[in-house]
Amino acid sequence: MMINGAGATFPYPIYSKWFDAYTKVDPSVRFNYQSIGSGGGQKQVLAQTVDFGASDGPMSDDNLAKAPGKLLHIPTVAGADVVAYNVPGNPKLKFDADTIAGIFLGQIKKWNDPKITALNPGAKLPDQEIVVVHRSDGSGTTYIWTDYLSKISLEWKTKVGTNTSVNWPAGIGGKGNEGVAGQIKQTPGAIGYVELIYAIQNKMPYADVKNSAGEFVTPTLESITAALATAEIPDDFRFSMTNAPGKDAYPICGATWLLVYEQQKDPAKGKKLVEFLKWAVKDGEKMAKDLNYAPLPETVQQRVLKRIDEIKT
Amino acid sequence: MAPPSRFGDKAFHWLTLVMAMVVVVLVILTGWQLWRGSSLAVEKFGFHFLATSTWDPVAEQFGALPFIYGTLVSSLIALLIAVPLSIATAVYLTELAPFWIRQPLVSLIEMLAAIPSVILGLWGIFVMVPWLRDYPFPFLKRYFGWIPLFTGPIYGPCMFAGGIIIAIMILPIITSISREILRSVPDLQREAAYGLGATRWEVTRIAVLSYARKGLFGAVILGLGRALGETMAVTMVIGNTPQIAASLFKPGYTLASVIANEFTEATTDIYLGALFEIGLVLFGITILVNLIAQFLLKTMTTTTSATRAVQ
Repeated sequence: MMINGAGATFPYPIYSKWFDAYTKVDPSVRFNYQSIGSGGGQKQVLAQTVDFGASDGPMSDDNLAKAPGKLLHIPTVAGADVVAYNVPGNPKLKFDADTIAGIFLGQIKKWNDPKITALNPGAKLPDQEIVVVHRSDGSGTTYIWTDYLSKISLEWKTKVGTNTSVNWPAGIGGKGNEGVAGQIKQTPGAIGYVELIYAIQNKMPYADVKNSAGEFVTPTLESITAALATAEIPDDFRFSMTNAPGKDAYPICGATWLLVYEQQKDPAKGKKLVEFLKWAVKDGEKMAKDLNYAPLPETVQQRVLKRIDEIKT
Repeated sequence: MAPPSRFGDKAFHWLTLVMAMVVVVLVILTGWQLWRGSSLAVEKFGFHFLATSTWDPVAEQFGALPFIYGTLVSSLIALLIAVPLSIATAVYLTELAPFWIRQPLVSLIEMLAAIPSVILGLWGIFVMVPWLRDYPFPFLKRYFGWIPLFTGPIYGPCMFAGGIIIAIMILPIITSISREILRSVPDLQREAAYGLGATRWEVTRIAVLSYARKGLFGAVILGLGRALGETMAVTMVIGNTPQIAASLFKPGYTLASVIANEFTEATTDIYLGALFEIGLVLFGITILVNLIAQFLLKTMTTTTSATRAVQ
């Protein structure tokens, strides 16, 4: 039996790992997943051309209203955006909400701005122009980033807002994580955001960020899971976990979701899909860390399993 | 004796006609599809879409002007760089180069055409842009900074870099076609000019280039067609910022790039509609440019078999 899915690119590596590992659990099921982007995933699942969709952002009320049946959001794993930079010597830097917003709004223009130096007394920061680099392609990474900025800066919220791509007040756009990383690496004085996985793999320096509890937190899988544990998660699982409370929580992170209809059209296929989803939450989550994804905390796993039980076949 | 059957001729006639019609139908279908996909945006924004500069997916305000500007300016830069280079290369290859060097050079140029766009883009990010930022751009700023084109801070990715990468991409096509055209200039032309005591430069200018100018113009237009639609490599070096700035050192954005960047993650209908309309605008510009080119071609007087081949 072939189960078709489409959507987000960010979780693609772990999903393919799951699909592969699951063939040993149930050899009768094969998965075909097209990583066409979250927008595409939402569209395809709304049009019912796939058995499940995948998205890095929760679906909007407008889009949910277009669905022919009730669509469930199943969170799977989470990731983080890190603040990567290129300054002489690349010292370990610290940022807080105000400085990040100031830089990305184009108001903090120099590396030796008092706001930055006050947070980094140990680092020698030059009198150099800050070059902001952001994603030019629509992406879940940008969604998380702008969601964070909208929460911590009223000015950002009213001027720019939250989306997979926005009207940037400052900076240059690079295509994909590789484009942003490339431009940061190649441009002295650059600052930008990339996925944690990408920064680790490319050995880029990235900053600690002050969270809502006032602690400077290094982005790690643990600090992302900590954010998941304290984030307020409503019953429909359409949550945002940026700027989560808790002193261990890294503030700029987000989850990714599978989109599944509550009422499955094809009973046989539906059953197999439910079995897979349960396996993914129970066993699949254990593979997350190896691939640099943050797994769901125990409490959230239990809630997700309950929701999967509600799928009717 | 029965007349020979004309069936083969007829079948051949109809077969080629159908094939030719496929192309026409494809163009019409593409246009129609773009029109249909963009209807929502066309209704909502009307003419403002072409005349405004805000591109804000959050507020759902869309204006294509900076993208149109970016497409035209980057293509123009590309032509300004690629046309002299290509035609000079073609002249060298057909008129001046020793025979043993011609074929290797031609092969090299054709290899350039075979480099995938995305590879060229990565090369652009990691090699070309840092080099441009460190050497040629500061030089231009220092000595030509009095021209608004070369002012402002130099980040690296910018309109100029976008134009240069397009130039590299259209160089092979303009060169190969120009070479074919120059080769088809009859030797009689050259011999006549030599016979009148012309120097090599005069022969090339009067007998060859002027004879072939319509064809060369056609080659340039084919290059321009490519330039307008170039996507991946440009996206990686142009800086992707929808703005209209006098300085070529400022980042820009093109119509093709914004579609490639934003289409996959566009979730609302009006947003998708706006991206479709960007496609429609690009389609329109390409057709317009070709029509203008056809018109210009008609106004030129000399005709050669080579130009007919290109047309």
